[in-house]
Amino acid sequence: MEKDNILISHAPHIWRGFSISKIMYIVVAALLFPTAAGIYFFGYYAIYIILASIITAVLTEFVIKKLRKKKFIMDGSAVITGLLFALILPPRMPLWMVVLGAFFSIAVAKEAFGGLGYNIFNPALAGRAFLSVCFPTEMTTWVLPPHFNYDAVTGATPLSDNFVYQADKLSLYKDLFFGNNRGGSLGETSAMLILIGAAVLFIFRIIDWKIPAFYIGTVALGSLLMGKDVLFQVLAGGLMIGAFFMATDYVTSPVTDNGRIIFGVGVGVLTVLIRNFSNMPEGVCFSILIMNAFTPLIDKYVKIKPFGFQKKKKNA
Amino acid sequence: MGIVVKKKSAFKGLLLPENKITAKKPTEILPVPEKVILPLQQSIGAPCELRVNRGDTVKAGQKIADSTSYVSAPIHASISGKVSKTIKVVNPITSTIMDAVIIESDGEDRWVELKKLFDIKKSDDFSGLKKIVDSTDKKEILKKIREAGVVGLGGATFPTHVKLNPPPDKKIDTLILNGCECEPFITSDHRIMLEYGRQVLAGLYIISRTITPENIYIAIEDNKEDAIRCLEELIIKMGFEDIFKLVSLKSRYPMGAEKTLIKTITGRSVPVGGLPMDVGVIVNNVATSKSVYEAVIEDRPLIDKVVTVTGAIENPKNLLARLGTTIGYLTGECGEVGSGANYIIIGGPMMGISIVDTDFPVTKGTNCILVKEGRVQIEQNCINCGRCVDICPMKLMPLAYVRNVKRGNFEVCREYYIENCIECGSCAYVCPANIPIVGYIKTCKSTIAKNNG
Repeated sequence: MEKDNILISHAPHIWRGFSISKIMYIVVAALLFPTAAGIYFFGYYAIYIILASIITAVLTEFVIKKLRKKKFIMDGSAVITGLLFALILPPRMPLWMVVLGAFFSIAVAKEAFGGLGYNIFNPALAGRAFLSVCFPTEMTTWVLPPHFNYDAVTGATPLSDNFVYQADKLSLYKDLFFGNNRGGSLGETSAMLILIGAAVLFIFRIIDWKIPAFYIGTVALGSLLMGKDVLFQVLAGGLMIGAFFMATDYVTSPVTDNGRIIFGVGVGVLTVLIRNFSNMPEGVCFSILIMNAFTPLIDKYVKIKPFGFQKKKKNA
Repeated sequence: MGIVVKKKSAFKGLLLPENKITAKKPTEILPVPEKVILPLQQSIGAPCELRVNRGDTVKAGQKIADSTSYVSAPIHASISGKVSKTIKVVNPITSTIMDAVIIESDGEDRWVELKKLFDIKKSDDFSGLKKIVDSTDKKEILKKIREAGVVGLGGATFPTHVKLNPPPDKKIDTLILNGCECEPFITSDHRIMLEYGRQVLAGLYIISRTITPENIYIAIEDNKEDAIRCLEELIIKMGFEDIFKLVSLKSRYPMGAEKTLIKTITGRSVPVGGLPMDVGVIVNNVATSKSVYEAVIEDRPLIDKVVTVTGAIENPKNLLARLGTTIGYLTGECGEVGSGANYIIIGGPMMGISIVDTDFPVTKGTNCILVKEGRVQIEQNCINCGRCVDICPMKLMPLAYVRNVKRGNFEVCREYYIENCIECGSCAYVCPANIPIVGYIKTCKSTIAKNNG
C-alpha cells in the first residue's frame, strides 16, 4: 500500500447506507397510493396539478441552489414537497396558482431558511397556507368526484356546515373510507389509500407511530367531548394525510418520544379547536404549522433522561 | 446440561454485518521482528520512565520502563537485543506525542528466567492450581499483576492492579468476564477463548480471589457458539461450575461496552459519570484474564498479544505478535493489500482509529488491524429524523451535539450529558445524512477538557 493513498477519518468506518435520498424516495413511493386515488377520483386534471407542482418545486430548488452557489443534491425532498403540495390542493386549482404555491413552498418556506434541515415550517403546508390567504375562493372550491367528468358538480367538503348527506351513516363512513362521493383535496379523499401509504412508511420504519397515534387519538377524544361524530371527524378532511404524511415530517417535528407525544396532542387540540370554533371548516394545515413553530422549543426543553441518570444527590 | 444462561440485550442495539472472516483461523505465532518500538505509555495513567540505557542488552520479558505512580503499568522488552535509541511517536488515539524506545533484535529471542508454578497445558489436576491460587494472598497477586504490566486489554488499557483494588467503600459483588467482542471483523478474543480457554478461566479464578464477588459471569455473544461450548466443557472439567455462570447474549452492538453489558447481565445502570464499581461490578476482558493467569502463575509479563489482521488483505489472520511490532510488519505477513484499500484502522470498524503511519507499533491496547476500502463521506444537513436518538445505547441526543458544536456552543453539550457518551459510533452508523457524529463529539469533549484546564 502506498503511503500517499492512505486516508484517515473518524470512526465509525462503516455506514448503514440508509441515506436521506433513500428515505425520501420511499416516502414518494408511499405517496403514490393517495396520488392514485386523486387521479382516479378527480381525473386527468389532477395529473396536471401534480406535475406542475413537482416540476416547479424541483426547478425552484435547483435555481436557488445555483444562486446561493451551493451544491444541488437530487435527494428527493423537493419531489416530496411538490407532490405533497399537489395532494392538499383543491382538485380544480388553476395551474398558475399551483406553480406560484409550489414556488413559495420551496423558495420561501424551505430555501430562505437555509434548505433541507433548517426549515421551521413544513414547506408544502406553508405553500398551502400562502394560497389560502391569497386565493380564498379557489382554495375552497370543492367538487364531488366526477370520475373523469370535467363538468363536475361543486359540492361542500364533508366538514363544512353546508355538507348534507342523504344516505345512512354506514354508507357515509364507507364513502369517507374509500373516497367515493366526497369532496376534498386531491389526495385526502380516500382514507384507505392513505393508510396503505402509511403502512409502507411503517414497514420501512420511516415514521414513528407516536405523532399520528396521538394526533388522531386527540382529535377523536376532542370530537367526543364536543359531542361530534367521532368516526366522521377522524375520516373526513385532511386529518389522515396530515397525521401520517405532514405531521411526521422529520425536520419540522420533535425527535424525542415525549416531544412527539406533546406535538401530536398539540396538533390534535388545535385541529379540534379550529374545526369547531373558527369560520374555517378544516384546521389540519394551520394546526400543524402552528406546532411546527413550537418544535425547536419542544426539542430544547423535552430532553430524555440518559442511561444511568440519577437525581442530584449530596454524595457525589 | 445447562450451565449456559441465555439473555436478551437490555438496550436496542444494532445488528451489524459481522464480517468475522478470521473466526475459524487458529492463531499463528508471528516471527520475532528485527526491531520493536515500545511506547513508554501503553496504559491509562502516568507514562513510564526508561530504566535502561542506550546500548544495554536486554532479554525478552525484562522490565525496561516503570513509573512510581500508582496508576501506571511497567513496560517490558518484548524481544532480546540491544536498546538502540529513543524516539518520539504520535499516539494516534490522543494525538499527543510520547516517548518510545527501539530495541534491535539479536535474533536469539532469549528470555528472562520465568518461575512457572503450574503447567496448565499439560496438567489436568486443577485442584493443584486452585491450591496455589488460594495460598497466594491478595497483595501478592496484585503485585504480580502490576509487575507483569497487565492492563485492560479490551481497549481501555486501564491498569489491572488498580481496577482489582477498588476503594474500600465500594463493595464489589459481581465480576463479569467480557468475551462479547461485539465489533465486526475482530476475532482475537474469540480465538483466545477457543485456544487459551484454560488460562482464561484460571485467570478469572485468580481475579475472583482478589475481589471475592458473590456472582461471577462469563459473557459471550451467541454468534460465538463454539467458544460458549468450549468454555462450558472447560468449566466443568476444571470444576468451576458452582462459581462461574456462563451467559450467552444476543449479538447486538455495543454489547461488549461495559455499561450496556452490566445493564444486560445485572439490570444495574452505571450512573452518569460513574464507574462500574459504583454499582458493585468489575468487568474484565478475556485477554486480560489470560494475561493475569500468565502473570501470576507463569511469572510471564505482558509482552505479546493476539491481534486480528483482517479486511481487504490477501490472507487475513489471527497473529500472536510481540508488543512493539510495527503494523506494517503484521500486514506484510498477511499478503497483498487489496487494490482499493486506503484505510488502515487500529481496532474495529465501529470504534477503531484510522492511522497513516504503518510504522506505528502494536501496543497493549491493540486487538485488531483492519485494512479497508475507504468510503466517500458526503455530509448532508441533519434532518432531525431522530434515528441517532433512537439507537443511542446511552440514551443521549447525538444530534444536539452536532448542532451545538457547529455553532461553537461546546458547553451546552454538557447539558445533554456528553460525558456519558461511550463513542460506540451507533449514531453515525445509522445517520441518513452521513454526519460523522462521533467526530463532533470527540472535538467537543476535548475542547471542554481544554477549556476547563
